[in-house]
Amino acid sequence: MNTSPLLQCNDVRKAFPKPDGAELLVLEGMNLELREGQIVGLLGRSGSGKSTLLRLIAGLAEPTAGHLRYLGQPICGPAPGIAMVFQSFALFPWLTVFENVALGLEAQRMPRADIRKRSLAAIDLIGLDGFESAYPRELSGGMRQRVGFARALVVHPNILLMDEPFSALDVLTAETLRTDFLDLWGEGRMPIKGVILVTHNIEEAVLMCDRILVFGSNPGRILSEIKVSLPQPRNRLEPNFRELVERIYVEMTARPQGGASARQERFPGLGIGSQLPQVSSNLLAGLMETVAAAPFNGTADLPKIASDLQMEIDELFPVAETLQMLRFAELEGGDLKLTEEGLAFAHAALDERKRIFSRHLLTYVPLAAHIRRVLDERASHSARKSRFIDELEDFMSEEAADQTLRAVLRWARYAEAFAYDDENAMFSLENPT
Amino acid sequence: MDRFAPYVFLRGLASRWDVLAFIVVIGLIAFLGETSRGLFAPLAQLEVTPLSLDPIHLPEYAARTTFRMLAGLVLSLLFTLTYATWAAKSERAGKLLVPILDILQSVPILGFISITVVFFMSLAPGRVLGAEFAAIFAIFTSQAWNMAFSFYQSLRTIPIELNEAAESFRLSPWMRFWQLEVPFAMPALIWNMMMSMSGGWFFVVASESISVGHTTVALPGVGSYIALAIAQKNLVAIGWAIGTMLIVILLYDQLLFRPLVAWVDRFRVEQEPGVRVPDSWALAMMRRSRLIQAATVAFHAAVLWTSRAVKRTDKPTVDTATAPKRSLDLLWVSLVVAAVVLGLWHIVLVLIKNTPLREALQVCGLATLTMLRVFILIALASVVWVPIGVWVGMRPRAAQIVQPIAQFMAAFPANLLFPIAVYGIVAWKLNPDIYLSPLMILGTQWYILFNVIAGASAIPAEMRYVAANFRVTGWLWWRRVALPAILPFYVTGAITASGGSWNAAIVAELATWGNTQVQARGLGSYIAEATTAGDFHRIVLGIGTMSLFVVVINRLFWRPLYYYAERKYRLT
Repeated sequence: MNTSPLLQCNDVRKAFPKPDGAELLVLEGMNLELREGQIVGLLGRSGSGKSTLLRLIAGLAEPTAGHLRYLGQPICGPAPGIAMVFQSFALFPWLTVFENVALGLEAQRMPRADIRKRSLAAIDLIGLDGFESAYPRELSGGMRQRVGFARALVVHPNILLMDEPFSALDVLTAETLRTDFLDLWGEGRMPIKGVILVTHNIEEAVLMCDRILVFGSNPGRILSEIKVSLPQPRNRLEPNFRELVERIYVEMTARPQGGASARQERFPGLGIGSQLPQVSSNLLAGLMETVAAAPFNGTADLPKIASDLQMEIDELFPVAETLQMLRFAELEGGDLKLTEEGLAFAHAALDERKRIFSRHLLTYVPLAAHIRRVLDERASHSARKSRFIDELEDFMSEEAADQTLRAVLRWARYAEAFAYDDENAMFSLENPT
Repeated sequence: MDRFAPYVFLRGLASRWDVLAFIVVIGLIAFLGETSRGLFAPLAQLEVTPLSLDPIHLPEYAARTTFRMLAGLVLSLLFTLTYATWAAKSERAGKLLVPILDILQSVPILGFISITVVFFMSLAPGRVLGAEFAAIFAIFTSQAWNMAFSFYQSLRTIPIELNEAAESFRLSPWMRFWQLEVPFAMPALIWNMMMSMSGGWFFVVASESISVGHTTVALPGVGSYIALAIAQKNLVAIGWAIGTMLIVILLYDQLLFRPLVAWVDRFRVEQEPGVRVPDSWALAMMRRSRLIQAATVAFHAAVLWTSRAVKRTDKPTVDTATAPKRSLDLLWVSLVVAAVVLGLWHIVLVLIKNTPLREALQVCGLATLTMLRVFILIALASVVWVPIGVWVGMRPRAAQIVQPIAQFMAAFPANLLFPIAVYGIVAWKLNPDIYLSPLMILGTQWYILFNVIAGASAIPAEMRYVAANFRVTGWLWWRRVALPAILPFYVTGAITASGGSWNAAIVAELATWGNTQVQARGLGSYIAEATTAGDFHRIVLGIGTMSLFVVVINRLFWRPLYYYAERKYRLT
């Protein structure tokens, strides 16, 4: 057996230029190795750069620094031995199932007869027999993603890249597809040697992968690497499985070494220039209520609450972290623990809630405090949106600035801290009559 | 249902590129006008088989007109696939090409005819072929721009993951073009082709019966037939022409566009089920026909074969050096500068040198008159068609009936109403400045109707239930439900109607019936007169002024309104 790795990434770094000439760092210090027979999972939340890394490996983008090697050769442009399965399937709606699958072989100018043979074999393998002449719109989501798999497998890639391939499917369909995939993989019936799976679903990662790389954000980097040595097929209910899931939750909520507090880790710099997540006040209140109530009584195990609420980590974490930022909760060791104020909020009536929320917003979110101060100081008690956007753009991209302002406005409206008139793009202290 | 939107706006394009584009386009027109003057004298009147008003000739005329329309459409398609692709693929070129397209669609169609006819006829002196070229080119100019815009827009909005899939499966650029980009752009392109066809019909008289100075050509066709009927005051022949047009447009619709619309339906990327699939008996028949089947198989094979034949260039392993890129940039900039300087030079040569200030002011005054007319007419048409459109749009059955009728009306050439207009104005001694105006909006008001219908039928059923549940009726219902919901659609329609009305002004402000001529004061009649007189300075001056007015009005009025409506009232 060949011992040299299929894929190697050394010190890969990716940054995008910002309009003002500075750069936005999305990925840093990436080191990764994929060996034959392995499924490696890239686990992290949206914005942690895992999809960016996948696109670098696919040759769809170029790294700013560092090296990517496929079978020892540098990757420049899409390599023939690397195929990808997309989250949104990315099928061509004007081609039939067969034509979609054959596309990659057509691009290689393979003889017509071979194309036919191999495409039909791939269609057969992935369980699409009988659907050859259907158009994608006639298929269910699960069947569409099977076409996505067949299209990738037909080119006989060494490496299969999967970009959250099951996240657009409903729970049952996703499970069937996962099991089918693992069966084929375990029996060695697929012409692939290694798999990289991008996911934000912790259980999915533990179910499928041999190694899991946990990603952190701002900038995207690898926090830790976890080996999964449970035998296949794995059982979600087995204690070892649960333990591993729990451990990853702990990893993902851990305070980083070096003494920096977890708060700063999540919201770097936590000055006026920190990016804020789009989390509605309803979600915040809802999570606080749930955690305050039985059976959690103020402290909730994240895996438990995630499965109770049917939330995936990239839905749950932003809410939990926003609570932490507002000092309504502490996030540590895979647990979410409400603070005293958090408990008070959960038990209060609407008006009291608004008062508590307003106090915390203006104390712990510097941007909210800043906007409020500007509005207080001005005689007109109003200010243009562009003023704050300009300030934020010193720290982040235009889009992020807009989203951050939107996020803080959402909370401020709930807290009745200040108001905003979209028509004239003006912030003000008073709500229009 | 799609909106009929030929005027696609692009946000964030630097306005200096607009200015450059304007200079290049008008400069080119000035250059052509100037050259035409030189070519002008030696051309004798063409010997063409005399036309006859006998309806027995109409099938032949109709066939010839149909052929010209098709030729124009094919040319437009070629233009679209090349120009728009270039504009979308090359960031550098796109910066200038897109504004140029914007300016080109503001240049009145008849302006192209008067400027280019002499050139085309000099290509094949003394023969009908040159005139045929000119006519087909004229039709091309009434069809190409909005198609190119729609294609450009589609290329820019291909979903990222589809692009990534194409790239990661290493499709060659050629294969990618035919397997991804063209199919993706197809639905919008077909709708725009239908619109273009209406535009072509509207100007059918002008493009077939060309009269610039002493150059008079009447190519056998429905347009020339109408022109002759007008010259001979033959009402019966006008009736025959209307009948013929109706049949030809109907055939086009049933045999070409409906099958196309039904066929491209599967090209749509949005894959939600439950949407009514357009059907076409013609398509069903074609699908069953062995001949057609063989043809499509052959076409598909050709696409695949050419994909194999075109050499694939893999991405270079070495990072492309910056040096050649910079020199390319330099080359491009110098090309643009040269084009702009040449354009400016011709504008100075033709326009500024030969135009006394008094004339320039007069033309601006006339343009203002026409502008006033366009705005008032749009307002009047809106008052009429918005309520009707909303009513129709809420009733799918009615919409199915009204759509094709409106589509036919949009193709109805203004010339066909000349007899009524001229009779009426002469008989009752009416003011032509006012009473000729309705002809301007004759063909374009339907775009308001189309779009309002589309908007009203897109109002979610739940919104209507809410309104009914809370008994929101009467004026409150219009103010709070119907009008806001259709506003983005209405604005699109109004923009189309406005642009089209400017274009139609040249036909509409100067009406003839036999020897009687009725004229309204305005930029349209100014250009029409200059064309008849063969005065190229005034033609170019008129065209340039009209383009300038249209572009400025679009930028200062319609574009902001469009974005406002899209942002605030678009139901997503």
